[in-house]
Parts: sequence; structure tokens; C-alpha cells
Amino acid sequence: MIEVEGLSKYYGAHMAVRDLTFHANRGEILGFLGPNGAGKTTTMRILTGYMPPSAGSARVAGFDVVEQSLDVRRRVGYLPETVPLYPEMSVVEYLTFMGSLRRVVDLDVRVDEVIDTVRLRERAESYIGNLSKGLRQRVGLAQALLHSPEVLILDEPTIGLDPAQIIEVRKLIQELGKERTILLSTHILSEAQQVCDRVLIINRGQIVAEDTPEKLQAQLAGADHLLVSAMADSTELTAALRDVPGVTSVKPTSREGQVELTSSPGQDIRPAVAKAVVDAGLGLLEFRSVGISLEEIFLQLTQEERQLTSKG
Amino acid sequence: MRNVTTIASREFRRFFVSPEAYAVAAVFLLILGGIFFLNVYYGLQTGQVEPDGRTVLNPLVTILLFATPAITMRLLADEQRMGTIELLLTAPIRDWELVVGKWLGAMGFMLLLLGVTWVYPIIMNGMTQVVGQETGGIDQGVLVSAYLGLILMTGALLAIGVFVSSLFRSPVAAFFVTLGVLLGMWILGGFGSGGGTGAEVIRYLSLVNHYYDNMYRGVLVVSDMLFYVSLTTLALFLGSQIIEARRWR
Repeated sequence: MIEVEGLSKYYGAHMAVRDLTFHANRGEILGFLGPNGAGKTTTMRILTGYMPPSAGSARVAGFDVVEQSLDVRRRVGYLPETVPLYPEMSVVEYLTFMGSLRRVVDLDVRVDEVIDTVRLRERAESYIGNLSKGLRQRVGLAQALLHSPEVLILDEPTIGLDPAQIIEVRKLIQELGKERTILLSTHILSEAQQVCDRVLIINRGQIVAEDTPEKLQAQLAGADHLLVSAMADSTELTAALRDVPGVTSVKPTSREGQVELTSSPGQDIRPAVAKAVVDAGLGLLEFRSVGISLEEIFLQLTQEERQLTSKG
Repeated sequence: MRNVTTIASREFRRFFVSPEAYAVAAVFLLILGGIFFLNVYYGLQTGQVEPDGRTVLNPLVTILLFATPAITMRLLADEQRMGTIELLLTAPIRDWELVVGKWLGAMGFMLLLLGVTWVYPIIMNGMTQVVGQETGGIDQGVLVSAYLGLILMTGALLAIGVFVSSLFRSPVAAFFVTLGVLLGMWILGGFGSGGGTGAEVIRYLSLVNHYYDNMYRGVLVVSDMLFYVSLTTLALFLGSQIIEARRWR
């Protein structure tokens, strides 16, 4: 549904996006992950036909974003980062206006439907200027859904929302992602982990990693980390665990009676470790998997990138 | 075309919830009312009320010079400042449809204001008509011609305003630059005194000469009307180009 080939965008001498290539399939939720200023918004603006790329090509729903911009725009629902809305319009007025620009058939019915989808029923007649940030975000989302687009492009859809709203919006996105392609950007890693089928990590306008959240984690972490605490001193514990099959290293942590284990990738050492502790007669207090988080991967990748570019 | 009317009708309706539009309308109509009153009042004291339907047209043209930039300043500048243009430009509409729609919405509002000013010629006609006779009253032909010219000129003023508004994110900047452009084109005629092709071209570009020289006097000249129509078209075309160029930056 989204095919991006060698996409680049310059703002003057600044290169916001460089040689980006990726694709998203139908019914896939693709996460676009990266620090601020990585080029996420620029890429999304190109895909929605807001601005043309400096080089490369992009096709959305089979149409070229430059040559067939109107066809693309008809099939894409877009929620920009700042959720630009008209404060002096009511929710219904605004959605009716956007819907008529998009030539939505049975507009009144459709407006009604999306208001229910984003749960804005009680505030449907309120002026947008009087709505809270979270509610405005929902109006923006409603606007993007009006024409039942095949492709949804959401730029930081949960930014500025309170935790309850974030959970709600994420649920909604997952719901929507069942039948359409969604490209969503975020700099919150746990969000990408929860919501997305596949994650692209982008930094300085380039893709630095691409895979499912789980695989990314496994691949990059290389190994699982386990934290074990017991009623014993660290040396005893270390001795007990050193010979458990699959354990590659045992390191005492700063806390007495606690060690950190590293296992070889793809092997679940937890049962063996638990058994070893109990067999040694040490009282097991705590047992926790601390597998590298996407957060760490993200930092690792973006830092490596920074080091590489500073050397180059 | 449907996109143009969608945008125009939203813009037209927005004038009724925007303070600037009410301010402009109030000032516009109050000043005209005052001027009309003074004219009639002093006219009655001397026992002589000129049967001229255009009593208010002269000041009206001057007020238009200030009113149109106030009406157009927000049209595209605000969309850019608030970022709402991002959703308009990612909706399946063409850039020119947006620009023309904005202009048409403003035009609708101004036509409404100009329509209200028709009460003065009607009053004037009633006052000057000899009771029970067909004689007297105002020259309706001249009035229609003068108003037609006024409408064409308003269209051009608004189009220039829309174009300038496309250049700025700040409505105030758009207001002053529009005012500057309009005033500049207004006084341009003054530079074109004397003979020679250059002077003639300058005179031709003057914004109000086309109005006062002919249409105001009841003479409909095609070239004058074409001047305003082509000025409108050019300004709207340039506005669309600016919006299009915004994408490429």
C-alpha cells in the first residue's frame, strides 16, 4: 500500500530525509520511530501529498505522490502532528466541512459514525476552541477517518494525551489497523512495541533498523538478561549459577545477594536457573527478566549512527 | 467547482462569527450612514438635495480601500499560521480551488455589504421624486453602472488581498502590505501625467481611474471592465502559484 523508493528531501542545504526505502503492506501497522527531527514528519508530509520529495519516489495505494497527488490524497487519511483545527467551528461543522471537501457520500451519516468511533458524542456541538487537547486529537482523528481511507498516516497520534486517553487511542488504532494500512510515527518506544506490527527506526533521515518489535529486540539484544536475588551473598549465588547450561556470564550487581545473568540468545534459561538456586539451598527472593528494551536498542542505534557520522 | 463553493461557503459563514468582519461592517455602514445624513441634512437646509444616487459612492470607494485588506488579511495567512493549511493541501483539492474559494467567500461578504448601501440610493430616489409624477428621482442607469464598476473593483481589491495573504503567516503583515499595494496602485495615476507611452501605461495601471473616468459616470467601457477582471484573475493566479510554491520549499 505504501512503497517508498530512495526518498530524499532537502530544506535548502539541510537534508531532512536521505534515501529512504521502505514499504507497508495492506492491513499492516507500521511504526515510524525516531528522535525528534529524524525526518518522520517530513516523510509523512511527502506521503500525504503536502510536499513533493527532492529525489526518489513514493507510491501510496498504487498512485504516485507527485504525479497522481489528488488520487493519493483521496485515499489517505492524515492526522498531522499539531492537529490543525478551526477553533471557531463546532465539531460537527468542522467534520462536515472536511467531509464535503473529500466528497464523502451520505456525509451526515458518516459524520455521525466517526463521532461515535472517536467517542465525541457529548461534545459534538462544542466549539473546537473549547475542547481539551485530548479531545482535539480525537477530532483530528475523526477527520482522518471520515472518508474511510485505505491508508492512514498518523503523526504522533498520542502526543499530549493523558495516560487513559493514550490507551484509548492506541486501542482505536489497533482496531482500525485490522482493515487498513497505518503508518504512525512516535518517539515513544513502548507505544511502537504495543501497537505496531513492524517498526522502522529512523535517525537523521535514514532507516537504521527495520523489523517486528519482537525480532528487533531479540536481534539487537543478542541475549537475555536475568536478574536474580537470593538470601545469600553474591559470591555464593555466583558459584551456584555459573554452571547452569546456557548461562554465558554471571555478574554481581551493586546490591548484595543479587546477580545479573546473561544467556545465549534464543534459549530460555529461567527454569534451570530457578532450579539451581533452590537446589543450592539458597532462598530465592526475586527473579526478573530484564531483556534489553526497545529503548536501549533505540539509544544504541541512534548513538552508533551519531558516532559513525561524526567519524565520517 | 464544488470544492470552490465548499471553501467559499465556509469562508462566507465564518465572517459571521469573526470580530473583524463585524468591525469592518459596522464601521463601513456607520461612516456611510453619517456621510449620507450630513449630505441630506445640509442639502435640506439649503433646500437643494442633489438627485444623485451616488452620494455615498465616493466615500465608499475610499472605505473599501481599507475594508478589503481587513477582510482578506486572514484568509490564507491564518491558515498558514495555524497550520490548518496542511489539512487543506492534503485534501483532494487543487491549489487554485482553495485560492478562488477564499476569494469568492470574501466577495460574497462584500457583496452583502455593498447590497446594504443600496438603501441610500433608494431613499434618495424617494426624496427627489416628484410626487405623483414619473419625473425626478435619480438616474438609475448611472447608478447601476456605478455599482457594477464598484463590484468589479471590489473583486480586484479582494483578489489582491488574497494574493498578499498567501505570502504571509501574519494577518497584520498581510493587511499592511495589501493596503500598501492598493494605495500604491491608487496614486499611480498621479505619476502618469504628461504624454508618452510610459505615462499612458502607468495611467492604465491605476486602480481607480478605470472606475471614476467611465463607469462612475454611467459609461460602461469594455476595456475598463476587462481591466478589473484581468487584475482579479492575475492576482488569484499569482496567489495559487504562491500556494503551490509553498509545497516545494
